[in-house]
Amino acid sequence: MPLTGIEIFKLLPKTNCGKCGVPTCLAFAMQLAAGKADLNACPTVSEETKAKLSEASAPPIRPLTIGTGNRAIKVGGETVLFRHEKRFENPTGLAILITDTMAESDVEARINRLNNLIYDRVGLTLRPEMAALRADSGKVESFVALINKVKTQSDCSLILISQDADILTAGVKACAERKPLIYAATAANAATIGALAREAGCPVAVKGANLDEIAGLTDQLTKIGIKDIVIDSGARSVKQVFEDQIFIRKAALAKTRSLGFPTIVFACDMTQDPMKEALIASLAIAKYAAIVVLSDFQGHALFPLLVERLNLYTDPQKPLATKEGIYEIGGPNENSPVLLTSNFSLTYFIVSGEIENSKVPAYLLVKDTEGLSVMTAWAAGKFVADVIAPFVKKCGITDKIKHRKLIIPGYAASESGGLEEELPDWKIEVGPREAAHIPAYLKTWKAQ
Amino acid sequence: MAIVIPKTIYNGKVKEIKLGSDMQAVSVGGENCFPFYLFEGAMPHKPVIAMEVWDSGTEDWPVAALEPFKDVISDPAAWANKCISEYGAEMICLQLVSTDPNGMNRGATEAAALAKKVADAINVPLIVWGTANIEKDTEVLRAVAEACQGKNIILGPLEEKDFKKIGAAAIGYHQTVIASSPIDINLAKQLNILMGNLGIPENALLMDPTVSSIGYGIEYCYSVMERIRAAGLTQSDDKLQYPLICNISKETWKAKEAKVTEQEDPLMGDAKKRGILLEAMSALILALAGGNILVMRHPEAIKLIKGILDELYVPSK
Repeated sequence: MPLTGIEIFKLLPKTNCGKCGVPTCLAFAMQLAAGKADLNACPTVSEETKAKLSEASAPPIRPLTIGTGNRAIKVGGETVLFRHEKRFENPTGLAILITDTMAESDVEARINRLNNLIYDRVGLTLRPEMAALRADSGKVESFVALINKVKTQSDCSLILISQDADILTAGVKACAERKPLIYAATAANAATIGALAREAGCPVAVKGANLDEIAGLTDQLTKIGIKDIVIDSGARSVKQVFEDQIFIRKAALAKTRSLGFPTIVFACDMTQDPMKEALIASLAIAKYAAIVVLSDFQGHALFPLLVERLNLYTDPQKPLATKEGIYEIGGPNENSPVLLTSNFSLTYFIVSGEIENSKVPAYLLVKDTEGLSVMTAWAAGKFVADVIAPFVKKCGITDKIKHRKLIIPGYAASESGGLEEELPDWKIEVGPREAAHIPAYLKTWKAQ
Repeated sequence: MAIVIPKTIYNGKVKEIKLGSDMQAVSVGGENCFPFYLFEGAMPHKPVIAMEVWDSGTEDWPVAALEPFKDVISDPAAWANKCISEYGAEMICLQLVSTDPNGMNRGATEAAALAKKVADAINVPLIVWGTANIEKDTEVLRAVAEACQGKNIILGPLEEKDFKKIGAAAIGYHQTVIASSPIDINLAKQLNILMGNLGIPENALLMDPTVSSIGYGIEYCYSVMERIRAAGLTQSDDKLQYPLICNISKETWKAKEAKVTEQEDPLMGDAKKRGILLEAMSALILALAGGNILVMRHPEAIKLIKGILDELYVPSK
């Protein structure tokens, strides 16, 4: 458990010098406990205290980075069992399996999917980030050739998988600068693989038969100075994976350092059925996996997984927001209806979805309400006539339409009078309160 | 070295509730641990799958969702029986879409007659779901409660504004009710308290936290459900210990992401598989958060999720 503000306060100099930027040591301690301040801001704290505090304040699950550059992925760093307690920190990395015995065309197609399955959602880019390269051929040359191919054709993060230490060593040598995850150190080879990881400065996975064995392996690696470790609990059944993921998270949060590492789940090894595999992956994303390896990426499974991941890893205290502006739905023209809503992303999705369902082409004006829904924004004064009117005037919608009719959400009906005053050229129409009733409303709407 | 896994201390239990008449009974709830945490407690019943039957409005369904039911789409009783005999539905959820005042606006008498017809035709418990229109649901669900006397059907949604009148009818005709609140643990608790004050027996109440699918705010209901379960199980809040019902499939299949074809957007892959996965994944996530009854649609999504739930339900060592 992290230290409380009072516990931290006891370790501080208690001089209230204010040099850290906060007037008192107690206030500084509270900020440290909340993760809002850095201990280095205190000029007088002793090295001993620093060491104590950094040990105590180290996150219960080691955060680490796999890969380099734009598509490096950060995993671990989690602090809770349930997202409502704070938030889930680093979204589960999704990896596509590519082996060195796959046909050339298959490898090409997989790299292609890895690079090109990219989705835009609320202005965010959703895409998978990893390739898991597995040495099935038993030949160094084939594995290295595969690594070189993937490396040159994609800037993804890499996982290198082999049971053969020599093949793994050659593989790491071929792409050490890309900081791949080395998979895996086991009871049989931990010393060799540990040395390899330390020398190359790469993160390394451990795989054991059970959690006790895994704790032994991570301790062994930690002792030789390796910090960036990923755990494969070895489980390949749905039941055992579910339990192990929960066990590891619980133990780690209780400061069992030997299990305080992010985890990897091999959904690709758990079933032959791609549909079931996708469902297992969705389970692993919800229940704590830091990385999930899939046998392939197909849009119909990947897209739902990416969106699930986005949803569950959204900070519950910071709702996602859509960009303010004009959204054209279904190819509207100068006689199409104009609707107004708030920029809470969920509101935007539901409203735009219902407009699409109506099959009536329309303009949707999204007003920046700092991510609040219509009702909340209205209550907070962020969706009222004074702020809506200037937005409607400036957004450029008048260049796109001939009529001057604006449909406002039913929940903002009380703003219609104010809006008619502020927008004298416009006729304000009060739309439905619930998005579900938009299609019926739009079907009878007329520009004249 | 031996690793010690900290155990959650539970001091509450989800109420175990028997649904349906004696002839068709199915029990839900009863767990005294988080969903599928069988290493920490007992879960006497797996989540139950209720399959949807619509009384109209299926013309807006994507092709993939409609296909399995093409032959029975105009006969709700036959449709329900197909779900039970061919697809293993453990319950039926009749969605009274036709009563929507913004749509066909079918009358209460007709809707009640249909509900009775379906209830009489099947050998599993029946859920009858209204349109969430306060005035209309009051009229329709009261009539349904009366028509289906003796069946212990499940009526919903009952909201803050209509629970009294519908609830009174449910009490009178011995039906079970669904307390529906808008994704908010406090409102959910308050409504349960009001239900109790009204006289709804503890064993005749289910909770609908209001659910949405992947991409449409599932994280909100996921967390509200987890909080409801945490309060009921670890803080012994007995007003939040009712089984949770998730009316998820209609939310899934109405989303544009379940409809867009591969021709329109090649990156989205096969439309049928995508729809099935969106439904199955959404239902699975809600089951992990505490859902006891999952209202579902596509037979393949149901097969998938049943498979996973069966595996999760294997006793812990």
